[in-house]
Amino acid sequence: MTSFNPRRVRADVPLLGRVINDRPITYLDSASSTVPPRAVIEAMDRYYSLRHANVHRGVYQTANEATDVYEGTRADVARFIGAPGGADEIVFTKNTTESFNLIARSWGAANLRAGDVVLVTEMEHHANIVPWFQLRETTGIEVRFIPVGDDFRLDLSEIDRLLDGVRLLSLTLVSNVLGTRNPVAALAARAHERGALVAVDAAQGVAHDVTDVTQLGADFLCFSAHKMLGPTGLGVLWARRELLEAMPPFLGGGGMIADVRRDGFTPADGPAKFEAGTPPIAETAGLRAAIRYLESLGLSDVAAYEHGLTERALARLDGEFAGRVRVIGPATALDRGGVLSLDVAGVHPHDVAQVLDQFGVCVRPGHHCAKPLMRRFGLAATARASFGPYSIDEDVDVLIDALRHAVAMFS
Amino acid sequence: MSLGNLDELYREIVLDHYRTPRNRGELPVPPAVRVEGFNPLCGDEIALYVEVHDGVLTDIRLSGHGCSISQASSSLMSVAVKGRPLGEVRATIERFKAMMTVGETGADAAPSVADLRTMGELAALQGVAQFPVRIKCATLAWNTLTQALDEAAPSA
Repeated sequence: MTSFNPRRVRADVPLLGRVINDRPITYLDSASSTVPPRAVIEAMDRYYSLRHANVHRGVYQTANEATDVYEGTRADVARFIGAPGGADEIVFTKNTTESFNLIARSWGAANLRAGDVVLVTEMEHHANIVPWFQLRETTGIEVRFIPVGDDFRLDLSEIDRLLDGVRLLSLTLVSNVLGTRNPVAALAARAHERGALVAVDAAQGVAHDVTDVTQLGADFLCFSAHKMLGPTGLGVLWARRELLEAMPPFLGGGGMIADVRRDGFTPADGPAKFEAGTPPIAETAGLRAAIRYLESLGLSDVAAYEHGLTERALARLDGEFAGRVRVIGPATALDRGGVLSLDVAGVHPHDVAQVLDQFGVCVRPGHHCAKPLMRRFGLAATARASFGPYSIDEDVDVLIDALRHAVAMFS
Repeated sequence: MSLGNLDELYREIVLDHYRTPRNRGELPVPPAVRVEGFNPLCGDEIALYVEVHDGVLTDIRLSGHGCSISQASSSLMSVAVKGRPLGEVRATIERFKAMMTVGETGADAAPSVADLRTMGELAALQGVAQFPVRIKCATLAWNTLTQALDEAAPSA
C-alpha cells in the first residue's frame, strides 16, 4: 500500500465540504471538471491580491512578477509532462478543445492536402473530431475512424489498413465516456513507422497518472487545467519544438508578433506566436499550484489508488443490481480509468441524475460530447460517475444507495 | 431523508404517462404533417405527427425517446390537444409555456389557481418549473407542436 491518502486531499478541497439537499456533497463528476484544492484557489487569490499586471509588457515590479508567474508555469508544465524541449514547447490555450483547433488550423491547414488522412477513434470527444471535419471542408482531407469493439476497447484488427495514407493519428489517452485507457505508445510507434505524426488528448489522463510525452510517443499533447485540479479557462498544447517552429500562427493580434508594418507582420518566435492577446494569467498561477499539488501527491500512487477504487466500484455495481445497471465500459479496471458510464434499464440518464442530485450526488447525464461513440452503442445518453484523487469508497456507497432509489422510483 | 422536491417533479400522473405513454406511433404523411424536435443537451428526440381538418387537430401521434419528463409531457400534451379546435390548442400551448416560465421569471408569471384548474392533468407538470434544467425537457413536445401547427395550418 502506498502513502497516498485521499482523505487528506478531501480536507484540502473546500467544495467537498458543501451540503446539497441536506446531504454532504458526493462529487462524482471529475471527468467533467475536477474540484480545486485550497492551494490552487489561494495561488490565484494571491496573484490578484499582490502581483496582477499584464504580462510581457511593463518594466515595473509587479509586471515582472506576473510575467514570472506566467513563464514559470510554462516551465513547470514542461517538467510535469516530460517535454524534452522544455518550456518553449508549451503553448497556453483556453482548453483542450482550443488546443486541437490550433493543431488543425495551424499544422493541419499548412501541411495537409486533399486525400491526406487524419485517423481518429470512434471514442473521441467532439474536440478531436469536429476540428478535423472543419478542416476537411476547406482542404478535402479524409477523416477516418478506428472502431471500438464490443469490449469497449479499440478494435485494432484492421489497423494496418486504417493507417494507410495517414498523416496524423489523433487519439485520446483515456476515454471520457468508457474510461478505456488506449495503448497510445504502441499505436504511436505504428503510426511513426508510416511517417505519420501523433496527437494525444490527455485531458482525462493528466490528473490520474504520470504523463510523459516521450513514453507516449506523442508529437502533440492537449489537456485542460480544470481537469487536473486547476482553474477553468486555461489549456495546454505541447508540441515538439521543430513542429511548433514550422507552424504558422493561429489567432492574430497583440502578443503574437515580432513586428507589424503597414504592409504586413512578422510573427513572434516560440510559444508566443500562438498566444494572441492578453492570456489567462491568474489561471497559470492556479495551474502551477495544481501541478505542484499533484506532484506532492505522487501521480503513480494516485493511479494505483484510483485503480483499486475503480475495481471495487465495478464489482459492486455489477453485484448490487442484478444486471439492471450496466457499466458502458471495460468490465475490469485493467487499462482503465475511473470513469463509470451507467445505463440504468428503464430510467433515462437525466432522471437518474435528478434523483441522485437529491442525495447530493453529482454525476453527469448526457452524451458527453462523444456522439459517434454513443451511436456505436445505440445510446442517446448515459449517467456518468467519475473519480478524482479525493474520491473514496463511501462515495460509491452513496451512489449505489441513490441508484437504488432511482431504480425503485421508475419501476 | 426528504425526497419532497422529487415528489413534486415526479407526480404519479407524470410517472404513469412515462410508463404508459398515450398516442404513441406514427400517422401517414400526407395527410398528416411530421415535425422533429431535439434537445441537444440530453439527446432527447421526438417525432410529432399531426393531422388538421377544418381548423381542428383531429389526430396526433408521437415517437422518439427521452427522459420521463419529456415523455410524460408529450403524452399529456397529446391527450390535451387531440380533437380540439386549433385556437384552443394554441391557447393551451401558451398556458403550458406560461406555467413553465415561473422558475425563470419569478412568481409574477405564475398561472393563477383558476388557470391551473383549466389545465386538468397538465397541471401535474407544474413542479418541473422548479427545476430549471428540466424545463426544456417539458417544453420540447410543445415547441415541436407549435412548429407542426405552423406547417399544417399556416394561417390558423
